Amino acid sequence: MKLFSDEYCLICHGIRTPVISWTSLLLGTEEQLVCEECQNKFKSLSGERCGICSRVLEVDYRKEELCYDCIRWGQDSTWSGTLTQNKSLYEYNDFLKEVIAKYKYRGDYTLVRAFTSRIKEELTSLSFDALTPIPLSQERLYERGFNQAEALITEAGFRPTHLLTRIHTEKQSKKSRSDRIHLPQVFQVDGESAFSLEEKTILLVDDIYTTGSTLRHAAKVLLEHGAKSVSSFTLAR
Amino acid sequence: MRFAIDTYQLIPSPLLKTRPETKTISQIDSLPHIPLQPSFSFNHELQRYLSGKQLLLEELPFPLKEIQEHYQNGYLIYRKALIQNGRQKECLRCGTKDHRWFSTFPCARCGENCVYCRQCLMMGRVSSCTPLISWVGPLPEIEGSVKDQELLQWTGTLSAGQQHASNAVVHATRQQTELLVWAVCGAGKTEVLFKGIEQALHQGGRVCIATPRTDVVLELTPRIKAVFPDIEVASLYGGSEDRHKYSRLTIATTHQLLRFYQAFDTVIVDEVDAFPYSVDSTLQFAVQQARKTGSTMIYLTATPSSTWQRECRQGKREFVTIPARYHRKPLPVPKFVWCGNWGKKLANKALPDNFVHWVKKRIEKNKQALIFAPKIASMELILPLLRNYHPNIEAVHAEDPHRKEKVNSMRNKEILILLTTTILERGVTFPNIDVAVLGAEDSIFTESALVQIAGRAGRSAQFPNGEVTFFHYGKTEAMVLAQKQIVSMNKEGYKKGLLDE
Repeated sequence: MKLFSDEYCLICHGIRTPVISWTSLLLGTEEQLVCEECQNKFKSLSGERCGICSRVLEVDYRKEELCYDCIRWGQDSTWSGTLTQNKSLYEYNDFLKEVIAKYKYRGDYTLVRAFTSRIKEELTSLSFDALTPIPLSQERLYERGFNQAEALITEAGFRPTHLLTRIHTEKQSKKSRSDRIHLPQVFQVDGESAFSLEEKTILLVDDIYTTGSTLRHAAKVLLEHGAKSVSSFTLAR
Repeated sequence: MRFAIDTYQLIPSPLLKTRPETKTISQIDSLPHIPLQPSFSFNHELQRYLSGKQLLLEELPFPLKEIQEHYQNGYLIYRKALIQNGRQKECLRCGTKDHRWFSTFPCARCGENCVYCRQCLMMGRVSSCTPLISWVGPLPEIEGSVKDQELLQWTGTLSAGQQHASNAVVHATRQQTELLVWAVCGAGKTEVLFKGIEQALHQGGRVCIATPRTDVVLELTPRIKAVFPDIEVASLYGGSEDRHKYSRLTIATTHQLLRFYQAFDTVIVDEVDAFPYSVDSTLQFAVQQARKTGSTMIYLTATPSSTWQRECRQGKREFVTIPARYHRKPLPVPKFVWCGNWGKKLANKALPDNFVHWVKKRIEKNKQALIFAPKIASMELILPLLRNYHPNIEAVHAEDPHRKEKVNSMRNKEILILLTTTILERGVTFPNIDVAVLGAEDSIFTESALVQIAGRAGRSAQFPNGEVTFFHYGKTEAMVLAQKQIVSMNKEGYKKGLLDE
C-alpha cells in the first residue's frame, strides 16, 4: 500500500518523495512545493552587500559600503536619495531567470508559490505604511493576464495599495542601462487612489532589480507627491 | 476575454459599444452555430494562416475586428479551450485531464479566477476564458498540380522486405485505414514511406510526418525534400520558421501538432514507442486532433509496446513487418552475462571481473564499443575505473553540454569506448561497434529500450556483425522479451527469405 500519494515539484514537475518524520506526521509541516534539487539552485544573497541596493559587493566594484552603480545614482542630483533602500531575496542567476521568465512571460502564475513563504518572512520584518506593486500599463496587464509584482504581495498574504499607473511603452528588458536611466517618466500617481501619501513610508515591490531605474522612477513620483521615504523589495537582484 | 451572447453570435467584449451581460467562453453552455455566408469576401491571408489550425488570438496577427467579421460570416469558429465539469477539468488543446496540471490565477482579461493548463503552457497559455480559433471556411488552394504526375524522384531500390511494407503502406493510403509498420532497427523504414506519401499526394490530401524528437525532424526534412523536389515541405519544431506555411507535406514534432486541428488526410507517426510519445498521452491526443476524420494513419516503429504486439497477434491491428535489415544479415542476438551485485562493487570502486574482461578485449582488438549504464550517477563512477584501462573513454548523458561533439568524435573514431545513458538507445548509427549494458536488470531498460540498444550493433553492410552483451544482476522479463523479439524477427527473416544463410 502506498501511504502517501506522489507529489510533484512545482518547478521541474519531477516526482518528489515527501520527507516523512515524526514531527511532520504529528505536527504537520509547512507544505513543501519545490524539490530539493530545484530549491538548491536558488542562491540567497549573502556576504557583504551594498548598503542601498543589496548587490553582493565585489572588490573592484565598490567604494566603502556602496556599489559603483549606487554611487553613480547618488552623484546625479535628480536621483540622489530617491530610493532609501532595496532588499532582495535571491541572486538573479540563470535558474531564477528561467523561472521568472516562465512565471511572467509564459504566465505560469502558480510558480509564485515557490517564493511566498520567504517573501512573507521578509515583508514581516520590514516596516512600511503601504506595499505598492510596480504597475503594468493597461495593455501589458491585459496581455499578461496578471501583474507579476502584485502577485508577489497578494500570494504572500499581504494587501497591495495601488498608488501608481504606468504609460504604455516598449518592454524594459529590451533596453540598455543608459536607455533606462534616461527614460522619460512612465509613472503617474493614480488619481483614483484614496490613499494620502503625506509623511508615508512606501515599500515598492517588483520581481527584479536590474539597474534600479524602474524603482527610482516610481519612487521619485511618490516623493514628489509627499511620501516621506520610499524603499523597495524585489525577488531577484 | 469575455463575450456577450447575442441569439445568433458571440461578441468579444473589447468590441462592445454598450455594456450587456458578458460571460467567459467556458461558461457559455452551447456556442451558437453560424452558417457560411458565401457572398462574404474573406481574407485569403487569414485563410492560409488558420486553415487546419487551432490558434490563440495572440497567435493571429490580424485585428480582432477582422477576426470577428470572419466569425460572423461563418468562416471561423471560437471554441472552448478549457472546460470544467464539477471538479474534473480538461484542456481541449492538449487533452490533459490530470488535476495536477491545472492551476488558477486572478485573470485580468476576464476579471475572474481563471483555470489554466500548465501542461501545454509553452505553446501559449490556455485558460477558462481563452477562445481557440479555427477556420471553417473553404480550404486554400495549394499551387502546382499534383495529379497524374511523377512526384517521387528516387532512384534507389527497395529490399524485398521493404517492398512488401511499401506496398502495404500504399494500400492503406488508398483505403484510408490504419497500419503499423513494424520494422527492425536498420531495416530502412524511411524509404518504405516514399510510395505511400506519393499516393497520398496524388489523392490531393495533406500529409504529415510526425515524430517525437526534433533531431528526427531535422534529419528527415532534407531527405524528404530531396525525393519530392516539387513539393513544398513545412518543417515544424520549437522555434522553426515554417510555422505558418500551408503546405501539402508537413514534417513536425508531435508537440507542434497541438496547434493543428483536423488538418491532415494522412498522418505518419515515426517511432511511436519513443519517449515522449509513448508516455505522454498529450501527444497522442495531439495526433488525433490534427488528423481529419477518416484519414490514413501509419505508425512506424522497431519496438511496439506489448499491448500493440498483442493486438497484432490477435488480429486486432493491421500491421506489416520488415523482419530483416536491408543488408540481409541477421540481427545480433544479445547474450546475458550474470555479473553479481555490480552496484555494491561500484561503491567500492571496483567493476565486475567479467565486465572488465569484456572491455579489455575491445581495447586489445581496438574495436569501438557503446556501453549503456542505467543512471548518470553510476556512469560517473564507472568512467574513472574504465579509464584505468584506456585513456580514450568518454561518457555522455542527456544534459551533457558536449553531447553533440562527443557523438561526433565517436563517429570519427576518436573515442574508443563511449559510456552512455539510454539517450543513445536510438537514432545514432556507428558502423562497427560492440554493445554492452551494465545493469541490464534496471527498470529503465524496458523491452523496447533493450531491443533498440541491441539494434545499435551490426548496422552497416560492411560490418554486419557486432556483439551485444547484457551484464545483469538477475534476469528480468524485459530482457527475456527483448531477446525473444530479436530471435523471432530473425526466424521470420529466414523464413521469408530476407536473410542470407
